[in-house]
Amino acid sequence: MNAQAPALQDPRLNRPEPLTPPLGDGGFFQRDRSIHPPAHAPGYKSSVLRSPRQSLLSLENSVSEITGPVFGHNDLGPLDNDLIRNYAKDGDPVGERIIVHGRVLDETGRGVPNTLVEFWQANAGGRYRHKKDTYLAPIDPNFGGCGRALTDDTGYYYFRTVKPGPYPWRNFVNSWRPAHIHFSVFGSGFAQRLITQMYFEGDPLIPVCPILTTIPDKDALDRLVAPLDLNASTPFDSLAYRFDIVLRGQRSTYFENRTAGN
Amino acid sequence: MPQPLNYLKETASQTAGPYVHIGLIPAMAGFDIFEKNFSNVLVTPNTQGERITLEGKVLDGTGSPLRDVLLEIWQANASGRYNHPTDRSAGALDGDFRGWGRAGSDFDSGLVTFDTIKPGAIIDKAGRKCAPHVNVWIVARGINIGLNTRLYFSDEAANAADPVLNLVEPAVRRKTLIATRGERAGKVVYSFTINLQGADETVFFDV
Repeated sequence: MNAQAPALQDPRLNRPEPLTPPLGDGGFFQRDRSIHPPAHAPGYKSSVLRSPRQSLLSLENSVSEITGPVFGHNDLGPLDNDLIRNYAKDGDPVGERIIVHGRVLDETGRGVPNTLVEFWQANAGGRYRHKKDTYLAPIDPNFGGCGRALTDDTGYYYFRTVKPGPYPWRNFVNSWRPAHIHFSVFGSGFAQRLITQMYFEGDPLIPVCPILTTIPDKDALDRLVAPLDLNASTPFDSLAYRFDIVLRGQRSTYFENRTAGN
Repeated sequence: MPQPLNYLKETASQTAGPYVHIGLIPAMAGFDIFEKNFSNVLVTPNTQGERITLEGKVLDGTGSPLRDVLLEIWQANASGRYNHPTDRSAGALDGDFRGWGRAGSDFDSGLVTFDTIKPGAIIDKAGRKCAPHVNVWIVARGINIGLNTRLYFSDEAANAADPVLNLVEPAVRRKTLIATRGERAGKVVYSFTINLQGADETVFFDV
């Protein structure tokens, strides 16, 4: 399995400018369900009772879906994107110090500015700070495991953390999750809402994970794997991984359409 | 060969997992980390509109409540306007109403609640009046991609002409989108049940 190559993800490198979406009604591009995991994926056992059996009813986007919540810097605290410091009690957390950074783009290659990105993860030993996690690996007293950031004007975000460890879970008798960081992204409209997981280049648990292999499209799976980014690392401090996130594109906006036609 | 059509592909969804609370509702995971937290309370004392509580459960294919589910809602204000720059409709903005909230289900009962206001009716792009509704997004362990649905209100005559409800066939499934109005201790409570799978399966949308 190949990790995503940054040169193929970054439109600044392989495309002179973003595609211009055609004028339209402000709706989002139709979601390509063939690249997403199906609701019913029996290898991931929890999905069996939690997946609808009826078809989804397709809905043309109205103002209810094109709009979504707006967040600002006053929603965040100054350390929210620094998981090394935001729960530190008497020192730094234990583990591989890393920077995770990238851009939130839409399908036309445009950056999605000022959007909220939230992330959470286990500690270096694979233990979550959650009252329902009973794995025997210990809690790290200096690590909470969550953070959040607003993208800048170009859609760029970054945060600092320690690399999470793999952990066992009750699916098959001997199932282990690859190291991963959960991501929650908003975009500009509620129909772009997305939760996903970022994995790390070269992790041999990736091809055998029952959750990751719910994804039917190999390229879509590879796009969840963040490559090591030595150029963004800080010598004698932190390695870095690059993770770009693509949200649905939009057929211009409601507002532009009105000024042109109404 | 034609020119390549270089749209990027959407990032694939993955389940939020059982510990979604760590990132999105850390207090439910059992710790305090952020100075400011998002919640299931959408109203401030100055918010305009009728105060309501939305209260319900999400059930799996055996009828058992999900006790690790997370819901987000997105709705218009009492004047039928969304707090977002691309909603240019006539209703007045309410600076004390963002219109969004999130809630985790209770770890024992599975109950999910929101304190909000009843939204006003929306006018869609074709000029049709849409009955008041709340947009709902559901994620959990075992849900591979977030599920979208809507909640309508049992006391709204406008439901009969709502363009989205009228798309639902067979018509008997429309009732799965209606929350039932009741009162408790002088407060208005709308009760809902979301069935992920089975006989009374809730209508989910590809939006």
